[in-house]
Amino acid sequence: MIAAVGLLIGVLLGLILQPEVPIWLEPYLPIAVVAALDAVFGALRAFLDGIFDDKVFVVSFVSNVLIAAVIVYLGDKLGVGGQLSTGVIVVLGIRIFSNAAAIRRRVFRA
Amino acid sequence: MTDQPTSDQPAVAGESLHRRLTRALFARPGPAQLGVAALCGLLAFALVTQVRTTAGSGTLASARPDDLVSILADLSGRADRLRSQVADLQRSAALLRNGSTRDSAALAQARARAQTLGILTGTLAARGPGVVLTIEDPRLQIHSDVVLNAIEELRDAGAEAMQIAGTGGVVRVITSTSVGDLGSRVTVDGVALTAPLRLVAIGDPRTLATALGIPGGVVDTVDAAAGAHAIVTTSPSVTVAALRALAKPRYASPAPAPTP
Repeated sequence: MIAAVGLLIGVLLGLILQPEVPIWLEPYLPIAVVAALDAVFGALRAFLDGIFDDKVFVVSFVSNVLIAAVIVYLGDKLGVGGQLSTGVIVVLGIRIFSNAAAIRRRVFRA
Repeated sequence: MTDQPTSDQPAVAGESLHRRLTRALFARPGPAQLGVAALCGLLAFALVTQVRTTAGSGTLASARPDDLVSILADLSGRADRLRSQVADLQRSAALLRNGSTRDSAALAQARARAQTLGILTGTLAARGPGVVLTIEDPRLQIHSDVVLNAIEELRDAGAEAMQIAGTGGVVRVITSTSVGDLGSRVTVDGVALTAPLRLVAIGDPRTLATALGIPGGVVDTVDAAAGAHAIVTTSPSVTVAALRALAKPRYASPAPAPTP
């Protein structure tokens, strides 16, 4: 419940404040968002499985975002930023899909 | 990257999904759950910001330097192609423009030549300054020699187009015109003409009138004949309207220009 309220508040804040993304954050923000999405989907699945834990979620969320950002940063330094970003997006996308499939099985029993 | 378990087996099998959802929705939030909510809010905030940035600034602002370089190379290649296309088209446009002016000049020249030839060969009506020679001859004393003499005199004086009219018809006088006698009448190109004869010639009026009026010339000869009378009238504008069909040569064909 309170997580949904948090989501709503975040959306409203983003719409109202209309912040400018700082230039140093620009390459990392999309990757970080996808990584956080992965963490949220994982948490949702764990919740439906009855094994959700607040601390695990916070840690996984933060580490997901940090690792994704570090990978992109490293890729940029190595000159393979574009390819590495694509790779990260692909991996996270696959994980999101598998989590979504598990959630679907749990909710719809199909 | 996450620490969430990935097994499909629920850890708490006893509690139903529905009850767990209800409990989660109406549970009093603790401090840990506040952290979860804050993270969710952060995610939503970042998502919205990123979406707005992407939608607002187009694709180039968020593109990487490598991509920008390749996009730039693409664009400059396309610009080169388009530039060469422009040059090609301009060249062909100039070509067409030159060709059309040349063509129209050639057409005008050909038309002028056709008009000149038409006046010379008698296929076109002509108008211009000239003289009218009228021969009154009620006793039919005038024969072909006088008419031929008049035509020759006018030609010598520079007549460019001529026609001769009598009561039998009108004949355009051209290079191949023949004059003969048929009984007491004059025939021009086979057409019998009876007096009064009316010879119209286009050329310099003064020269033509002088040529006809020299002592012992056409006018004198006609006036010497019994009952005949010749009148020369100069006019700034006479019309030679009689036409003649163009005869296609049967045997002669254009010869190639001789090479020196």
